[in-house]
Amino acid sequence: MSTDTDPSQGFADEIVRKDNAENRRVRRGLFGCAAITVLTTVAIFVVLIDNAFGFFFDVRLYEATLQGGATQQITFTEYFTGARWAPSHSTPDFGILPLINGTLMVTVGAAFVSIPIGTATAIYLSEYARPEVRSKLKPALEVLAGVPTIVYGFFAISFITPIFIRPFFELFGVRASFFNALAAIIVVGIMTIPMVASISEDAMQAVPDDLRNGAYALGASRHEVSMGVVLPASISGVFASYILAISRAIGETMAVTLAMGAQPRMSLSPLVEMMTMTSFMVSRARGESAVGSIDYQSLFAVGLTLFVMTLAANLLNDYIKRRYREVYQ
Amino acid sequence: MSSQEQTQSNAELEIETEIQSERSDRETRADEPVLEVRELDVHYGDERALQPVNADIPEKKVTAIIGPSGCGKSTFLRCVNRMNDQIDVCSVGGELYFHGKNVYDDDVDPVALRRKIGQVFQRPNPFPKSIYDNVAYGLRIQGKTDDLDTRVERALRRAALWSEVEDRLDESALDLSGGQQQRLCIARAIAPDPEVLLMDEPASALDPIATAKVEDLIEDLAENYTVVIVTHNMQQAARISDKTAVFLTGGELVEFDDTTTIFENPANQAVEDYITGKFG
Amino acid sequence: MGGDGLFEDVDLTWVKRKGTAFYLLCLASSLFGIVMLGFLILDVLYEAALGPIEFEISLTTFLTDPASRHPEQAGYLGAILGSVWLMVLTVILSFFIGVGSAIYLEEYAPDTRITRLIEANLTNLAGVPSIVYGLLVLAVFVNGFTLGSILLAGSIALALLVMPIIIVSSQEALRAVPSGMRDGSSATGATRWQTIRHVVLPAAIPGIMTGTILALARAIGETAPLIMVGAILSAIRLPSGPFDSFGSMPTQIYYWATAPGPEWGHLAAMAIVVLLAVMLSMNAAAVLLRNRYEKDL
Repeated sequence: MSTDTDPSQGFADEIVRKDNAENRRVRRGLFGCAAITVLTTVAIFVVLIDNAFGFFFDVRLYEATLQGGATQQITFTEYFTGARWAPSHSTPDFGILPLINGTLMVTVGAAFVSIPIGTATAIYLSEYARPEVRSKLKPALEVLAGVPTIVYGFFAISFITPIFIRPFFELFGVRASFFNALAAIIVVGIMTIPMVASISEDAMQAVPDDLRNGAYALGASRHEVSMGVVLPASISGVFASYILAISRAIGETMAVTLAMGAQPRMSLSPLVEMMTMTSFMVSRARGESAVGSIDYQSLFAVGLTLFVMTLAANLLNDYIKRRYREVYQ
Repeated sequence: MSSQEQTQSNAELEIETEIQSERSDRETRADEPVLEVRELDVHYGDERALQPVNADIPEKKVTAIIGPSGCGKSTFLRCVNRMNDQIDVCSVGGELYFHGKNVYDDDVDPVALRRKIGQVFQRPNPFPKSIYDNVAYGLRIQGKTDDLDTRVERALRRAALWSEVEDRLDESALDLSGGQQQRLCIARAIAPDPEVLLMDEPASALDPIATAKVEDLIEDLAENYTVVIVTHNMQQAARISDKTAVFLTGGELVEFDDTTTIFENPANQAVEDYITGKFG
Repeated sequence: MGGDGLFEDVDLTWVKRKGTAFYLLCLASSLFGIVMLGFLILDVLYEAALGPIEFEISLTTFLTDPASRHPEQAGYLGAILGSVWLMVLTVILSFFIGVGSAIYLEEYAPDTRITRLIEANLTNLAGVPSIVYGLLVLAVFVNGFTLGSILLAGSIALALLVMPIIIVSSQEALRAVPSGMRDGSSATGATRWQTIRHVVLPAAIPGIMTGTILALARAIGETAPLIMVGAILSAIRLPSGPFDSFGSMPTQIYYWATAPGPEWGHLAAMAIVVLLAVMLSMNAAAVLLRNRYEKDL
């Protein structure tokens, strides 16, 4: 006998909605999970802004809002235009430009490595490589992308600098420092190649064969099709991959900390020691900074600057994907 | 009669008695139509998929729905157990009475409705579980877990699959052939013992031999269930159904009558053209 | 012979030369990354091999002792156990919330602004530098809730970091479940949650597990967030539990790689070999899982 039907009830009653509390609970719980991700973003903003406020003023933002009154201790002009970063010096200076100089040095330099090589790799994978070559090359690139950045840092100081950079420049009588920006540029460039290559290749694969055939039928050769048809047709995806690679390079931490050293410096020479925003944060966290000290708060001011830069890059990437998405049927 | 057939018929007998007791209350209403469709129409967004439909579907008979592809046959079928609720842009108007209760009333729970009205789909869709667990799925979901083994066996026998799978019930359902998978899906649908069984071109993905088995099965099922079957195969409809509904282009129900009338003496000229192959 | 000179007016010499040059350029670029990977692995193996050979670092000590101030007594076990603890806690913290979010977004979420906001936010979270997650946990948990620099705080940072990866890969796994299975289940009278619980999730779980293992393989090599949270760089003792201070494999590598003196560099290389071996096994497990189950659907 079935247990859930009561013969005394009519058919109509059996199909009438019961109060299904379980389903509503499940749904609410799952929404809660998804909401945590939004909460994380909000928390990042709140924490960074609140503590960065404490860097520029003598109290944190929530204290200033609750109690009122805050005295500025570091001006925005000093922070954004000052050319000396020395937070723990006896005459401290808080100009972030040297750190931004280091970060941009690595980012721009790495882009010169990863963008051309990554794009060429994508073209090779999408337009030239035979399936069996492709099926070996792609996992190898995945491995390259999966190597921890600390290992790239070790590679820079144990191989790139001593075996490649220093002997090479000695040929020209130039002495490269043991910690130097060029080593960081090279390893960050290498680690972002897979990102450029795989996202660009996806975009190229999405270009329909009709377009290629149209060009071939006009007597175009393979490289003319690659550069003249496929690349322009997939340019938004390709461009998005560049921005992602740049965003990744801005936030890159361990490889640059190991390779480039910890000397804040305004310089355009790739052969000297420098400091990025991220390597400053690593060096300061090691120093057991006391909570509430200017040292501790400076972590968050620099962190906020870094976050805003990567956020801008991510939003730009999002915008490009939305705005210029090619739709092929 | 061989010994195996002997045990089988004994088991059948046992099972039938059991069903009789479960269904005793339903017998009294045998003369009423199970489903009464009144001015039922469907829109997908702005597009009208079904013109207002009126029909009375009799109990424990096979009702076939035929028509050219894209005529709204499947859409109509999915209205009956409210599977269209799953599609965001789909809106349904009019009424559809199941034992006198409009299933589109606000207080009707589609989940409860689907426990009364089962469905078999065009492509076999066994779950990636064992054969046994597939058939037991609906029973477990609906809490009918007493005598689980008997109920599973009964459903598999009714679906004419028992003899082929009885010694490998623990194997994955995905290892069965296409025809076996579809009969498994039929077994899964009838295991919880619904009243109405909707079938959406259940044989279209099968080879002729498997199709013949499924057709035999459908005729047998009508002894216990109300079957509504969508098919694009007119011969199939003529072979297995008692009533036939003909939908033509634009989602319009053009004629609904006894199958013999539809195929021998249709009232509508367009239906005659369609039946004789001058159309679609 | 007929046809001789038919194409004489078409001169493809330059086009072909340019084509060949272009092809070689693309090929060389593709090989560049692989060659660099080869150099990296050889370099690490060479440096690691020199440890026991030239500096007589004992492999047994290395694998069975915690770190030490003396290179010949320095072991990796404290860091390895720290990483194991971190991974276990990270998986507990991120798996259920991540899979829950994915189920909500794929199976429940209506197409509203809030849903689109959550989806867009996921893309953004995936692009946040890992060090920022460390900063967040430092401010909220380590100093805010005054938990201190404990193992649990480190795993919270890693859990936040891998959450977007787990969500996105789980969404893909759920999307790969054929809609016919959902229909089959709901036509049997299953509620939405019953369908998900009994049909969709069992079918998607291999894909979800693959994504989770890959996410963990990424988390185990993350250094910066742990440094920000205040991990002990040199794990001189074994961690006792989630509320103990902690070291980890990558922070130990950082410590050894920057320590002055030639022996330390070799210890760092040996530690890298262990870390890469663990990561590669995790990746291999994920690939095996994927190949084993992907034909089933």
